[in-house]
Amino acid sequence: MAVASPEAPEAVELPTRDWRHAAYRWLIGSAVAFALLASWAPAEMYRFVNLFTDAGNMAEYASGFLRPNFLDWEYYVEEMILTVQIAIWGTGLAVVASVPFGILSSSNMAPVWVVQPVRRLMDAFRAINELVFAVLFVVAVGLGPFAGVMALFLHTTGTLAKLYSESVEAIDPRPVEGIRATGATRTHEIVYGVIPQVMPLWISVSLYRFEANVRSATVLGLVGAGGIGQVLFESIRGFMYAESAAILIIIIVTVSIVDLLSQQLRKLAI
Amino acid sequence: MTAIKIDRLSKTFGKRKALNAVSLRVEPGERVALIGASGSGKSTLIRHVSGLIRSDAETCCKVTVNGRPVQEGGSLAKDAKESRRDIGLIFQQFNLVGRLSVLTNVLTGLLGRVPPLRGNLMLFSREEKLLAMRALARVGIADTALQRASTLSGGQQQRAAIARAMVQEAKILLADEPIASLDPASAKRVMENLSALNETDGVTLMVSLHQVEYARRYFPRTIALRDGEIAYDGPSESLSRGALQDLYGDASEELILPEATQVPRPQTPAAARLDTAVA
Repeated sequence: MAVASPEAPEAVELPTRDWRHAAYRWLIGSAVAFALLASWAPAEMYRFVNLFTDAGNMAEYASGFLRPNFLDWEYYVEEMILTVQIAIWGTGLAVVASVPFGILSSSNMAPVWVVQPVRRLMDAFRAINELVFAVLFVVAVGLGPFAGVMALFLHTTGTLAKLYSESVEAIDPRPVEGIRATGATRTHEIVYGVIPQVMPLWISVSLYRFEANVRSATVLGLVGAGGIGQVLFESIRGFMYAESAAILIIIIVTVSIVDLLSQQLRKLAI
Repeated sequence: MTAIKIDRLSKTFGKRKALNAVSLRVEPGERVALIGASGSGKSTLIRHVSGLIRSDAETCCKVTVNGRPVQEGGSLAKDAKESRRDIGLIFQQFNLVGRLSVLTNVLTGLLGRVPPLRGNLMLFSREEKLLAMRALARVGIADTALQRASTLSGGQQQRAAIARAMVQEAKILLADEPIASLDPASAKRVMENLSALNETDGVTLMVSLHQVEYARRYFPRTIALRDGEIAYDGPSESLSRGALQDLYGDASEELILPEATQVPRPQTPAAARLDTAVA
């Protein structure tokens, strides 16, 4: 049907928005501008000129990376596999722990006096960076991959529990009621009514966190928590740019492969 | 022993009285229709009987099923879970778990009976699965057992929900507008499945309905609710169009299936032009 039809009135007007809409936009815009300006000096942004005046240094530094040295590639790959293995255990433990924590921090599943403390605990897990946890665990359990696994485990539990609880809070309550009406227990309601509904989302966010954890695990070695990070930072500190370049290439390839694989798995889950 | 006994049940949502001192008795093996316009308290009444919602906190309100109190004075009985096990409940929106197979959905009817831990692990014996399959065969959808419940049509989902209530082996079956979102053919099959449970297994049926025709066809007794109060309780055949008019006034139109009227042909030239433009 054509827009102009005999029945349509000829004169139409554009709807006008009231002034509050414009004021709101102006307010948001100026707030962003203020935040950027206020942070200019503290972040030493005035030094951006150095990017151009010291370009020669950069070029020299970068040229070291142009000829990657793969002589020790077997060792790098071994360490890279170890890094992925740290991420696998860190994520796996977090997934297991996040199921109860996620349900206990959902306002439609638990009373408020359970939900609030559990949520705050998860906030704390999330607020502390993996590297900080890694430093703490190196002190507690000694140098090596296990400290890395523990660091990823705690931080990821904080993130996953929050994401899990968000999907639990969005479920359709009717199937749960259907289960309750059969005389089932609270746990039955969760197993049959809640988890089947949230499973695709849970799998999807868990795989996403696994990807992120592989990336995070590549720097855990910086504080002695195992993996390829240790090798990378040793070679950078030793000015061995050719070796560093080879390690970086191996990290990029691995992260890309993990991303591709988990994307495929996510498609299967939904 | 009375199957369902309700004494002066009241429920207030905000300021509105959804139920106002409703008292009724249903004998074992009876078949009762619950009719009334939208908002007359049918669903609220049914959900009280299965203990899914609690009444106002007054000492008078009491719901007893099979001689066992479900709730009294606004608090659920300690053994409300055991009572729910003995009350089958059918919902307007079926309330199946869409991502689980039809068979698993039916097996959840056993959850009140199997050891809780085994239920949590979704472990059911061969006999239990066969029981569920027999229930599915009885409602005529055994061939869908391994499909996800969400892939079924509305009528099939409602029959799966009936199968779930069947394996529950409840002596009392409550249904809250079980056919309101179904096409007429599916509605008929669902009503026949429900009636069969009453006739062959002696299950007490209480079904809320929107249309009085179904009440007249399938139920000897009808309880009519109006604004949270019982307006009529007696034989269904006495509920003629005139009687409904007396009970509900103009609102009675809502309770009667509309006659299929012919859509008038477009007459004006403008409408005719619109027709060709659409085509």
